[in-house]
Amino acid sequence: MPNRSAVAVSCTNLAKRYGNGAPVLKDISLQIDTGETIALIGSNGAGKSTLLKCLIGLHDISGGKLNILGEQFERAPTGAQRKAIRRQIGFVFQQHGLVKRLSAHSNVVQGFFGLAGGWRAVSQMTASQDMRLAAMEALEAVNLTEKAQSRADQLSGGQSQRVAIARALVRQPKLFIADEPAASLDPSSGRDVMERFSHLAKDFGITLIFTSHDMEHALSYADRLIALKDGAVFIDAATADLKSKDLAGVFDG
Amino acid sequence: MADVHTRHVPPRMGSVSALQFTLWVVIGAIIIASITQVTPSPERLAEGAPRIARLLSRMLPPNTDPDFLGRMFWKLVETMQIAIAGTVLGVILSLPIAWLSARGITPVPVLAFFFKGLVSLFRTIPDLVWALIFVVSVGLGAVAGTMTILVDTIGFCGRFFAEAMEDADKAPQEALDATGASRLSILLGAVIPDALPSLINTTLFALEKAVRSSVVLGLVGAGGIGQELKTAFDLFQYRNASAIIIAIFIIVLAMEWLTDRLRRALN
Repeated sequence: MPNRSAVAVSCTNLAKRYGNGAPVLKDISLQIDTGETIALIGSNGAGKSTLLKCLIGLHDISGGKLNILGEQFERAPTGAQRKAIRRQIGFVFQQHGLVKRLSAHSNVVQGFFGLAGGWRAVSQMTASQDMRLAAMEALEAVNLTEKAQSRADQLSGGQSQRVAIARALVRQPKLFIADEPAASLDPSSGRDVMERFSHLAKDFGITLIFTSHDMEHALSYADRLIALKDGAVFIDAATADLKSKDLAGVFDG
Repeated sequence: MADVHTRHVPPRMGSVSALQFTLWVVIGAIIIASITQVTPSPERLAEGAPRIARLLSRMLPPNTDPDFLGRMFWKLVETMQIAIAGTVLGVILSLPIAWLSARGITPVPVLAFFFKGLVSLFRTIPDLVWALIFVVSVGLGAVAGTMTILVDTIGFCGRFFAEAMEDADKAPQEALDATGASRLSILLGAVIPDALPSLINTTLFALEKAVRSSVVLGLVGAGGIGQELKTAFDLFQYRNASAIIIAIFIIVLAMEWLTDRLRRALN
């Protein structure tokens, strides 16, 4: 069982502004425990993407403290910290980001980039036998072994996103970061992907932070919901305690 | 009502400034001067026609002497070798040059301009001029021809490879970048697979172009069948010349047919 007491990500009084502009994030303090599934919601411009980028050390912060997977810093992580953080994160993107002309298997193998020996991860042809095997296991975890040799552009939207999840999983990450993982999919594929993704994260004890515009997804697949409004935390509560009506106002200007 | 409409109809032409008017007059003058000075007059065409007919009659029938055909065959083989070696080496060198010059992909943005400039230099100087330079520097023969095709291929492929790389799908590149993949890993893992159809297309065009070029390089001493053609004209062996021209026609046509088939098969 994953150790639920450990903190995956925490921030204290986090603030972020670009240049001399108005603050995008204001005084955000939160703690995300290992193994938790978090839905990050809010209207466009509420600061979701910025917070996500700060939480993975991609953006420097203007104030406060961050602790990401044991790496603590103020302002900006050091180069070594940034590398250490990236090594432990599996990313899933709205547009999937698969290389269309490569097979599903090769795309999953590419998840090894940035890790030790990752230079061989160009495709399944150049990868080590261990990487090829691990990639097949990751495809099995998303129930797509039979599509291993299919080219990415021959997959359906849902299958393609599942391959992208396998590519993130093959890194054996401590944290999944998913930016609107279901937004490019039809409702039924979107639910299927979110269902599998959230179960996978639980089964492997991986912390999952996903952004979404879909309230149903946020309430169904996350343990906890964090809603941002105007750069500040508007709601931070367990989804079990929330009703749709509690969320009224999140998307209001 | 009619009045209102008439008043609101825009003018047929925008107003022309004095500078624009002057420019139009200058452009017109250049076109007229060019046509009148360097295109043949009807009288000259009339004079030339019988000479062309006489030349044609001296060219026919093409020489089919086995000794000559044998010599021509080996010169054609050399021509193809120049084209193939020059294109293959040119394409191999074009890939890193294109990578270094492609916007948003190059690992050394400060040098991208330099590599783009180098490719432009290779492209803008005509192949016959390169051939003259290489004949002087490495001597007469096929090596100078291969060097010429190589430089010409870099000028052509370097540009189009870079454009294909710049146009490659950005989403997988960003996904791999997030993992901490190196620039080279992103190139090999995402950019090249995505740009591959375009890279192959460009390579096939380069090969086609190289075959056409390698045929004429011999005219300035850079090896291949062109050398035989020049000798035939210099020594008034017009029947040899016609045989060579027919052979060139067949080989260029065959190459175009082949690359066309390959392109279709790949698409």
